[in-house]
Amino acid sequence: MSPVLTDLGIALGRVGFVMLFVLNMGGLLTWVERKQSAVMQDRIGANRASIFGLRLFGLFHPLADAIKMLTKEDFIPARADRALFNLAPLVSVVFALVAFAAIPFGDVLRVGEREIPLQAVTLNAGILYVFAMLSLGVYGVMMAGWASANNYALLGGQRAAALMISAEVAIGASIMGVAMVYGSLDMMTIVRGQGAALLPQYLGTWIPRWGILTQPLAFVLFLTAGIAATKRIPFDFPEGESEIIGYFVEYSGMKFGMFMMADFVETVVIAGMTTALFLGGWQVPHLAADGFHFPWGASVPLSHMTVVILQVLAFCLKVSIMCWFLMLVRWTLPRFRYDQAMRLGWLGLFPLSILNIVLTGLLILGWPA
Amino acid sequence: MRFRQRFYLAEVLVGLGVTAAHFFANLGRHTARHVFRSKTARGAVTVQYPEERRPYSPRLRSLHRLVRREDGSPRCVACMMCETVCPARCIYIVAAEHPNPEIEKVPERFDIDLGKCVFCGYCVEACPEDAIRMDTGILEFSSYSRRGMIYSMETLLSLEPAGPDGTPRSPIPIPADRAPSP
Repeated sequence: MSPVLTDLGIALGRVGFVMLFVLNMGGLLTWVERKQSAVMQDRIGANRASIFGLRLFGLFHPLADAIKMLTKEDFIPARADRALFNLAPLVSVVFALVAFAAIPFGDVLRVGEREIPLQAVTLNAGILYVFAMLSLGVYGVMMAGWASANNYALLGGQRAAALMISAEVAIGASIMGVAMVYGSLDMMTIVRGQGAALLPQYLGTWIPRWGILTQPLAFVLFLTAGIAATKRIPFDFPEGESEIIGYFVEYSGMKFGMFMMADFVETVVIAGMTTALFLGGWQVPHLAADGFHFPWGASVPLSHMTVVILQVLAFCLKVSIMCWFLMLVRWTLPRFRYDQAMRLGWLGLFPLSILNIVLTGLLILGWPA
Repeated sequence: MRFRQRFYLAEVLVGLGVTAAHFFANLGRHTARHVFRSKTARGAVTVQYPEERRPYSPRLRSLHRLVRREDGSPRCVACMMCETVCPARCIYIVAAEHPNPEIEKVPERFDIDLGKCVFCGYCVEACPEDAIRMDTGILEFSSYSRRGMIYSMETLLSLEPAGPDGTPRSPIPIPADRAPSP
């Protein structure tokens, strides 16, 4: 096979893995949302969809949802801007999907002479790319509100825009601290930096240098702003599915489904970013490129392939745990009022993240080499 | 509000602790039930309705039935008390002469429009002959048309009272528009 074709195949494989991972996680999250909320509330949850009498704890419900949405009437209001109306859900879901591309899911895989970085796209400014994509998602929401020719939808779109802007600012400012500590905007470099030991002169190699330990304040701020960016409870006033009317009130069928999917995919993206920036990404504690090296002296040599598989599994596990946590938050907290969320965003998260940047800078300057 | 509550984050963590504790406790119970075949562990309070039913209260007002005499004829004497008292006006009676001279009248028709009935039980209270009761335990009657919700005297006479735990003993009467086509 020619090297060009091999390169193309590898690139497609990397993109395909990330795409399948994100889409399947997003689909699975609709099931997790139903089941986890049920278990938290002493219920059983959706379990009726079955194929030939096989129920599998309701795992067919996402499939049933998809069939339902695809076969429903696709209604467009008479005075709606048809082009924008059709484009809006696409914009929402596409930018949510491509945001995951810069998040690394493993270290470099060596096959023969080749070195394949396990990341859909190798970007040296990966963080900026993820921000750009997450921020562009707000256009889909605003377009939906504007194009629906519905005043309630327009107001919902305005609320969504205000929320997402205040969240993006806090996300950006809180991650500055992480970029300063690990000295890079490349997600891969940041994850590699988290494999080193924390405070080696005091603690030896016991504790890895994960972002949650070096930047605890940024972790809390990023997580709060990240939840706000997904537009889900407790920051769901843009849609307010149960009482107030949101930006996708005029949407039906699969277009509505795409907005819903965008929310779930954004949840996966936020979980992935939290994992990559604060929870060590694909790092397994004490696992180096040639096997485990425990701080008490023991070591377990492992082959290159085993190490890579362990790293990818660790990344998937951490993302799943973060998704579980985001679901837990979504099913625990009540909704913020619009003014409360604005106050939290601009008077709480934003100044605190600036403070975090200042403190981090002072610590880096004053740290004895 | 105390300072800790104003700060919000600590209270959020407390709340997350409560819900997470429920999650893991119930997850453990579900695991004990499904994996280790425990008979006692219940991770949910859900009653899976069509398969599982809770016993009804003996005082529950369910689908009406007309009581028969020992000879099988309706006990109703078509006095129109129930029709008069009914706030929803869902009872329609046509009276006829009874062959027995000791009994004044007998209903020729006794229709109840269950699409209008509000299940107040006034007809049962008003009846001087104890001829109408609401103790069949049947709640699941439905129809694709309004006409199908009108139950005739023959249907109402054929119903049996519910068992001691409230389970219906008669089959659910199926209106004509829902009968399986031959």
